[in-house]
Amino acid sequence: MKVQMRVNGRQVSGEVEGRTLLVTFLRDGQGLTGTHTGCDTSQCGACTVHVDGLQVKSCSMFAAEADGAEVTTIEGMANADGSLSVLQQAFQDHHGLQCGFCTPGMVMAAATLLEQTPEPTEAQVRHHLQGNICRCTGYHNIIKAVMAASGQQVTQVAAE
Amino acid sequence: MYNFDFVKPSTVEEAVAALQDDEAQPLSGGQTLIPSMKQRLNAPGTLVSLLGIEALKGISVSDGVMTIGGTTTHATVAAQADAYPALAYLAGQIGDPAVRNRGTIGGSLANNDPAACYPAAALASGATIVTNTREIAADDFFQGMFTTDLEEGEIITAVKFPIPEAANYQKFEQPASRFALTAVFVAKYADGVRVAITGASEEGVFRWAEAEDALSNSFSAEALSALAVPANDMITDLHGTAEYRAHLCKVLTGRAVSAIS
Repeated sequence: MKVQMRVNGRQVSGEVEGRTLLVTFLRDGQGLTGTHTGCDTSQCGACTVHVDGLQVKSCSMFAAEADGAEVTTIEGMANADGSLSVLQQAFQDHHGLQCGFCTPGMVMAAATLLEQTPEPTEAQVRHHLQGNICRCTGYHNIIKAVMAASGQQVTQVAAE
Repeated sequence: MYNFDFVKPSTVEEAVAALQDDEAQPLSGGQTLIPSMKQRLNAPGTLVSLLGIEALKGISVSDGVMTIGGTTTHATVAAQADAYPALAYLAGQIGDPAVRNRGTIGGSLANNDPAACYPAAALASGATIVTNTREIAADDFFQGMFTTDLEEGEIITAVKFPIPEAANYQKFEQPASRFALTAVFVAKYADGVRVAITGASEEGVFRWAEAEDALSNSFSAEALSALAVPANDMITDLHGTAEYRAHLCKVLTGRAVSAIS
């Protein structure tokens, strides 16, 4: 069947099977490989994208369900001139990544938190990122990056 | 995952017609169904998405009853069920934000996972599960682990929750899955108290009748002191023994009561 959607502001369409996952459509169909397939069991959150403004795990949604939707991936998160957004820059400044595999999902998840809660507490950041797993950092620097991106002073997080 | 035909009707009638096919299954948020299809535990010939049916979405309150459409997401309940705060709180603790944006109340109840949150709220509230053909009392709806009174092809269109005077949900979370290791929903109504427990029993969600009687007489954590939940039907797994879960039932019920009173 044919599906069409707007991805990062661009109208796209493609042929999919019923079982084609949104992440497969984005990566294999559109070449947007910034969205990662980590666990493929909806545990890890590396595949997090926004569908009509809501964060979802694109490995646990069929492409057919996104027909007609507005989709944003990590490739759509930079500023218009190609420079890193405040949130992305904060991940770099606070060393909020090591191998980087989980980072696209972390950024997409954190972005919706900051939309809903512009100045989250550390506890709110940790609660919101529960569905995003990082195996390198131990999370502290990710939490710092998100707090810093919200304009808050970050010196230490509670678990340190 | 095996392939299937995907259809997305816009009315309940069309969905019911599409589900007449033996190989067809309804798809709501898919947060359990899609992972189970990937594992080939489930291989429908046709998936009938219910998400195109506007009539199944949304929350309304009338005459002390909150009615939630079958495909209303956990995130929507968490954000909009202001008239029933304990239910909104429960919805906001399910899974993680991405799961809450897709997962639906109808899907959760139809699946009746023994550690899911919504069955506890539905049973403790004496909710009514509304389908395309009938209304089912929560007491009759849940029939054991992953088993409900739903017929093949029957769709949950809405759930009606009588709003209690006070209620509280205490979830002891299994931190990896964020399902309930054991969780207790206590709801206090003018005509008595209802206590429903999820995550603990091999039979799925259940009411703790002795606690309900004791709390209806005297609504305090002390009223539970002489009671104990028998461990024989409790789940044992690597996260906790049957005895541990039985103990949690009482502790969490006490915490819920203390939080209300």
